[in-house]
Amino acid sequence: MATADATAPHLDRSLPDSWTQITRVAQYELLNFARSRRFIVLLGITGAIAALFTVLIAHYRPESLLVGPIAFYGTFWGVAIAFLVDLAAVFFAGDAISGEFQNKTGYFLFGNPVRRSSIYLGKATAAFVAGLLVILIYAAVAVGNGWYYLGPPPMVFLESVAFSVLYLLSVIGVTLLFSSLFKSGAMSILVSLLLFLFAFAVIEDVIVALVHIEPWFMITYGSAIITNVINASYPAHIVHSHPFGLAGPVTTTYTATIPEGVAIMLTYAIVGAVLGYLLFRRQDFT
Amino acid sequence: MTGPTLEATNLTKQFGSFTAVHQLNLRVEGAKCVGFLGPNGAGKTTTLKMFTNFIHPTAGTARINGVDVMEDKRRALEECGSLIETPEIYPALTPREALSYIADLRGIPSRDRTRRIKEVLDEVRMTEWIDARTGKFSKGMKQRVNIAAALLPDPQILLLDEPSTGLDPRGVAEVRDIVLALKRQQRLIFMSSHLLGEVSDMCDEVAMIDHGQLLAYDTIENVTNRVVGEADLVEIGLAAAADGNLEARLGAIPGVTLVTRTDARKFTLRFRGGPAGQQKLLADLVNAQIGLLSFTPATSMARLEDTYLKLIQGGY
Repeated sequence: MATADATAPHLDRSLPDSWTQITRVAQYELLNFARSRRFIVLLGITGAIAALFTVLIAHYRPESLLVGPIAFYGTFWGVAIAFLVDLAAVFFAGDAISGEFQNKTGYFLFGNPVRRSSIYLGKATAAFVAGLLVILIYAAVAVGNGWYYLGPPPMVFLESVAFSVLYLLSVIGVTLLFSSLFKSGAMSILVSLLLFLFAFAVIEDVIVALVHIEPWFMITYGSAIITNVINASYPAHIVHSHPFGLAGPVTTTYTATIPEGVAIMLTYAIVGAVLGYLLFRRQDFT
Repeated sequence: MTGPTLEATNLTKQFGSFTAVHQLNLRVEGAKCVGFLGPNGAGKTTTLKMFTNFIHPTAGTARINGVDVMEDKRRALEECGSLIETPEIYPALTPREALSYIADLRGIPSRDRTRRIKEVLDEVRMTEWIDARTGKFSKGMKQRVNIAAALLPDPQILLLDEPSTGLDPRGVAEVRDIVLALKRQQRLIFMSSHLLGEVSDMCDEVAMIDHGQLLAYDTIENVTNRVVGEADLVEIGLAAAADGNLEARLGAIPGVTLVTRTDARKFTLRFRGGPAGQQKLLADLVNAQIGLLSFTPATSMARLEDTYLKLIQGGY
């Protein structure tokens, strides 16, 4: 083996500040995503949903959708975006932390002079950028179709895109919490997926149906503003109805207001990410 | 001028009711190679992990160049390269990319990066794989890249946890050459190992630990002299199985202090007198006409092994 020159000078290096290290962690995490199969799978799912809508609309020209931009974006965008955001956040953040423990890649990274907070923020940033890319790709296809049939998109669509970006942040926050909680990547991904795809929605329905209170603490309740905003008029906050006639029981339907929805999603994003970091900071590599 | 330092003060780590490291006090200073020895579960890796912030101490401090690793990890590890356990490298990255990642985090300027990456990969003989994805690498190949990553920033201090793990005999020899070269470059190398020969060949000092407690820390010579005495050892082999009273005859040879029978035709003799005593002992054994077939003075490794076993078995 060639041995190093005994007189070789020390490298002229200077430790970058933490912000630079965060961007470096994010940059290489994105490179990792770009090379991984899950990124291709997610792009495939996004492309398949977009293509399905595009082909079906081109072929059947459904009047209910092409009647105006609100109906068009309410369906093309509203039906799929929350699902895509859930998938993107869980795919990219699900094993961001747990994978470092499970796969032992943490031993390659964490022994360097980088704070755990920088690693955490770098990974969160990468998951956000990758998720944002998915949102923008799908939005671009929706706008392309909408423009072709109906002209430029309405303002409410742009608001909806902004809310879906906020939703992405909140799902990433919660997913990072699970990623820090478990030392198995598969477990953190599975738990996050089950929660966002099924459990939260079921819990919300049960609470409204049985307890009759406004589910202001549920993320699915808050994230509904993504689709609610694409309406000719925003739905009323609380609606009492008598579905079984005036003599029957009163049913109450709750719809999150926009400030409420934003607050719920922000809270999930911040609380999830902070709790996740506190757990991650305390974890030992054993 | 103070050289690079590693200092553990009352360093303790408990996992539930199990104490992995118990009030470890150790200060290593200056450019040297220190072997960190102990049986499985002694607390070697846990100690190294506390020095590199992989594990949080339950009590006490781990300082590198005077900086508490828990308080300021960035500054503490700035001059420290490490190889703990056998890290996995991100499988989608190539060695060039993985090392660029470390170079970016460490602040190695771009003008030096390409040259330095090639240098360290050349040192671990991985240059030909520089652009292949590490996911397909064998364990030994990954370990070579890990060693390259530890060397990349050209640190003052290297913490190595059984660096030869997973390497073939050539790789083991290469690691030895790297460590010896680093010693010449005035680095502090703190290295855990199970290979006493490796430690004996490379290290100036040795720290021995068992049940989380430091048993000894000094130069190899001082530790072995203190534990097994200044007497030298020699192993002799006989042409035929020895008779019953040969042990007594050997013990009666002037200078011999202890005779241990290792098998029917082999004995280990402890004797005094240094090289001259050894020469005289050989002459006495030949004159005694015991059918002497081999005469093998113990190496420093054998003395270290003897010391290690005595310390670990509580015989000292």
